[in-house]
Amino acid sequence: MRGRGPFWPRLAASADRRTEEARERHDKAEAFRRAMMPHMDAAYNLARYLTRDPSAAEDIVQDAYLRAYRSFDTWRGEAAKPWLLTIVRNCFLNSVGGSADRMSGRPVHEITGELPDALIESRNPESLLADQGEAAMLRATIEQIPEPFRETLILRELEELSYKEIAAIAQVPIGTIMSRLARARQMLADLLLPYASRKARS
Amino acid sequence: MSLHPDKLPLLHGLVDGELDAANTIAIEAHLKTCPDCRAELEQIQAVRDLIAAAPLREHAPESLNKRIALMIDAEAGPVPRAHAASRPAPMPGRLAWAGEGVAAHVLSGRWLSGAATGLIAASLALAVVVPQMTHTDMEDQLVQSHVRSLLVGHLVDIPTSNRHVVKPWFNGKVDFAPPVPELADQGFPLVGGRLDYIDDHEVAAIVYRRHLHVINLFVRPAHTLSLPGEVATRHEGYSLVRWTAGGLEYWAVSDVEMGDLKLFRQAYLARAQ
Repeated sequence: MRGRGPFWPRLAASADRRTEEARERHDKAEAFRRAMMPHMDAAYNLARYLTRDPSAAEDIVQDAYLRAYRSFDTWRGEAAKPWLLTIVRNCFLNSVGGSADRMSGRPVHEITGELPDALIESRNPESLLADQGEAAMLRATIEQIPEPFRETLILRELEELSYKEIAAIAQVPIGTIMSRLARARQMLADLLLPYASRKARS
Repeated sequence: MSLHPDKLPLLHGLVDGELDAANTIAIEAHLKTCPDCRAELEQIQAVRDLIAAAPLREHAPESLNKRIALMIDAEAGPVPRAHAASRPAPMPGRLAWAGEGVAAHVLSGRWLSGAATGLIAASLALAVVVPQMTHTDMEDQLVQSHVRSLLVGHLVDIPTSNRHVVKPWFNGKVDFAPPVPELADQGFPLVGGRLDYIDDHEVAAIVYRRHLHVINLFVRPAHTLSLPGEVATRHEGYSLVRWTAGGLEYWAVSDVEMGDLKLFRQAYLARAQ
């Protein structure tokens, strides 16, 4: 219903100008909804794998959408998904204290290519599988991959972004994305393939 | 691990379709002669297949979707009204409503558009004694103002639990003097005051708390034609309670239970003298 409450009548002269402003705001909101709302799953998915916590992920996505809306004027019509995911990622970094080290640092296993031992022992795929089923096992295994490899893997394999788009989001050169992705897949292979080949044999 | 680590990025680039023609030809030529790299490629593909086969993508919960939609609505402000010229022409069948329609026009203070007139007239005809406003612009705006006040970290312009500070603060900012009683002992501590806009007019927003929940009390002069009745309604998951007293109109908005909000009205009215 478009009825108003039983309140004061409007002054016709200023109402027109206000209507214009309201229409502009309305148009902006419409453009935003059309461009950005379809990517909420992508935003949530990234936030979920970054935080590994459903409720923290919701907070980050909501924060990201608010910021995206307020800086929507800076959107020049480029691909909406990477644009939004850049904001999601920044919101995440802010939420963990702005420590960009977390995503850009080169931890030991990036250099050696080995998984931390503790990781393999604590939650191996088979115990996860027994607990939760296959999809949950895969999900939990991906969650164990350290950053910045995890986000690279998520953006490539689940969100199907190009190397160039991922590089823009992570603010690193494409070559770095390629080596992170290679490393991430190697870690997954180390964790999953022994289990997969056993499953195939049995 | 591959015996040709330098080829590794090319193998990944190949499965991802990221290589240009020259590199694609080069790596395919290399693969023909290198079993190690073929094995590596198979492993990469096996991992990709595992991931692709499982539903790993998380979906945004419906509640999050709604919350964000509401937030965008709040950021966008009220929906613009159509210009008079673009309003739909009245339909012949509407003449039957003419009698009640006039009452609606008088009460609302402006001409209402098209089909809505009939509906409003009908609801007013049924509810003259206790006006029941179902989902109006007004409620939209109140809920949006409430949500906005929580989102932008701009809950109060004057943060104080001292009513002797809040009340004079409104002086000169609005041309009426809303009572600001202390209700902490009733379980509604005062948080502060804020100026807000409802229906393009400045209103006073007095902010109280109920446990961890915020109650926004919007106050403005009651229009002479506004209905004196009290309203309690739920809108978009929020509770709204309206009342008028001393020539002022009050809307309390919060996510607390309706019972709590009515209790708040009671406590406020008892102290607001």
